[in-house]
Amino acid sequence: MNNTGENTIPLSLRLLLMVLLTVMAVGLAYAVLSLPAQAPGLSVYAVENINISGVSNPVTAVLLNYRAYDTFLELGVLLLALLGVWSLGCAGCQHQSSPGPVLDSLSRLLVPILIMVSGYLLWAGAHAPGGAFQAGSVLGAAGVLLLLAGWRIHAGLAGLPLRIALVLGVAVFALVGAVLILPGGQLLAFPPAYAGGLILLFETVATLSIAISLTALFLGADPDEEDAS
Amino acid sequence: MSYIFLYALVGMGLFTLGLYALIIHAHLLRKILAINIMGSGVFLVLVALAARTEGAAPDPVPHAMVITGIVVAVSATALALALMLRVRSETGRAELDEEPLSKFDD
Repeated sequence: MNNTGENTIPLSLRLLLMVLLTVMAVGLAYAVLSLPAQAPGLSVYAVENINISGVSNPVTAVLLNYRAYDTFLELGVLLLALLGVWSLGCAGCQHQSSPGPVLDSLSRLLVPILIMVSGYLLWAGAHAPGGAFQAGSVLGAAGVLLLLAGWRIHAGLAGLPLRIALVLGVAVFALVGAVLILPGGQLLAFPPAYAGGLILLFETVATLSIAISLTALFLGADPDEEDAS
Repeated sequence: MSYIFLYALVGMGLFTLGLYALIIHAHLLRKILAINIMGSGVFLVLVALAARTEGAAPDPVPHAMVITGIVVAVSATALALALMLRVRSETGRAELDEEPLSKFDD
């Protein structure tokens, strides 16, 4: 690897950049410090409506009920990133790792624990810090650990079943959102009576999709194409 | 009270440091890391400013935005790394061809 190009930039230019960035930082600091010291923001509304949101943790209520739209689109972003990675083909990233005995036995020990922690975080999200994103990240970490230990998805599951699991989150959001429009409601506006159950459904499918997307992003290439080539 | 603004200022400092590294370094991996540090700074500012509630629990809306943002940042980083690997396999080096500063060399 040649040098990083850092040395090709003359000192005078770097000093100029530092001065400019310092000016920017001072301006940003002034903007931050001139904000009011007390600003409840939207927390008042979030707490007022917590009883009809279906959960008691306000962050989960925001993510899966008040602004479920954000979570829906965020799952779409994750899917788009994965499509981008797959479309690049990833020529140079088919590394065959040979795990040592430590990684091999540690992954056997850790993966079941990670799956359990993920399930707990998913369930705890209703009333405590936790939820689909945290549970999905932990489950994705378990998948990355398995990949590092040399595990690969079964060839029979790499095609359609993998794709169904990847789009499950977006698909369930879109389907339930569309069904909720039919009786005259709005997109993803949950009836309070069903809100708790719907949020648990959304969180479960979102956890699975997030975890599998993150694992697939780590792998790089589409495992189905990898087998074919 | 003031510790909230301390956290916000630290986040702002991380953003500025990341921006400096993003401009200075030509290697794409360093640029990707710099963008991640900038993002972490923004998350820190958001989480810190969400705590400006009088004694009550912090504003959950910025927290939810940060949780969403972290997952988006991770997926964007993965896409950027895949792009970097592709650039390296095409050109043999993990830098962009464009050299706007080359005229300063001579």
